[in-house]
Amino acid sequence: MAEASATVDTQVQAKPKEKLFSKKNKRTLSDPLSDNNPITLQVLGICSALAVTVQVPTALVMSGAVVFVLTISNVTVSILRNKIPSKIRIIVELAIVATLVILVDQILKAFLYDISKQLSVFVGLIITNCIILGRAEAFALQNKPWPSFLDGLGNALGYAIILLVVATGREILGSGSFFGFQLFPDSWYAAGYENMGLMVLSPGAFILLGLIIWGQRMISQKFEEN
Amino acid sequence: MEHYLSLAIKSIFVENIVLAYFLGMCSFLAVSRRVETALGLGLAVIFVLTITAPTNWAINTFLLKDGALSWLWAGFEDVDLSFLQFISFIAVIAAMVQLVEMFIDKFSQTLYTALGIFLPLIAVNCAILGSSLFLVEREYNLLESTVFGFSSGFGFFLAIVAMAAIRTKLKYSNVPEGLRGLGLTMLITGLMAMAFMSFSGISL
Repeated sequence: MAEASATVDTQVQAKPKEKLFSKKNKRTLSDPLSDNNPITLQVLGICSALAVTVQVPTALVMSGAVVFVLTISNVTVSILRNKIPSKIRIIVELAIVATLVILVDQILKAFLYDISKQLSVFVGLIITNCIILGRAEAFALQNKPWPSFLDGLGNALGYAIILLVVATGREILGSGSFFGFQLFPDSWYAAGYENMGLMVLSPGAFILLGLIIWGQRMISQKFEEN
Repeated sequence: MEHYLSLAIKSIFVENIVLAYFLGMCSFLAVSRRVETALGLGLAVIFVLTITAPTNWAINTFLLKDGALSWLWAGFEDVDLSFLQFISFIAVIAAMVQLVEMFIDKFSQTLYTALGIFLPLIAVNCAILGSSLFLVEREYNLLESTVFGFSSGFGFFLAIVAMAAIRTKLKYSNVPEGLRGLGLTMLITGLMAMAFMSFSGISL
């Protein structure tokens, strides 16, 4: 799937002059949001997608961090794409990503200390998030900075959507709240309603994501072999 | 001794690095189609984790931590390089993987061909970097770090081999179209995580 979008874009570059928001550029941005979503269809970046989704605020901050790192790393790799020797490209990409992640981590520690404590090691793990290296390898190395920027933004937003859906589901079902506000009145709890403890734990995340993937694939009608 | 045994049991079963912390999910999903490849990747992860965990512990303790450089010169007591943690850890891991690859290539050709493409891929496996970051956060000492590294790797090995075995069996069943592949694997992982959680009462 990644190769397909990459070839589409090399054709775009062949044209001498191209509008900033041509149809194909728009598709670069919008495709990863649903039809080619990085998590549910490309199977990238699941590592961190689940751990930070117990509550919505942490998922939101994590999404912001990934949007920042992925767009900037895509643009940087794309600018340097003719200078990077192909043998050491993984190390170069890792160095670029690690620098950006250090930046994000320091900013979070300075301004959002509580959330950065909750995210703990998972901010650092953005470095090894498959989406970032995957997009750098599959797209940014072959394309100009502007399409790479759009591709990075689109994929990061596609990642963010799934993250927020999973987090919303887990927070509502698991803690009975949304963004920290209690959703169900106390009388419900008195009448016997209980929060689903499973959703707070890891199996809840796996099962919820499995169901989301099922739904998404039924809609997009893209199936894979068993 | 009991302390280390309990730490090992905890990180293999109760706090399994894949099933409880979601680390290494990418390769867990991608390489669990066949048992042989899963075995290869699992072994490589154990190997690399057991080496990188103590190495990164040493780097953090003697170079990066707040005041860690004071053994070099008394004036360095308030030097705090911990912001370099991420980049130095990932560099150590990448270098270690390269080294391990060359070492295995030289001494055991059979193991080298068996592990093949998985060795270089391990450099970007979240489980490796994740364990290094965890051992800093939990303030383990050298021996604890080594035990933690090995048993995290072993937990990954167990999970991925079990998953591969289940998926091999599933080849012959009639799964709804949309659930094939990733969706079903996710659901099974959820059930496996539940099973592993039932160990959580154990303490030695």
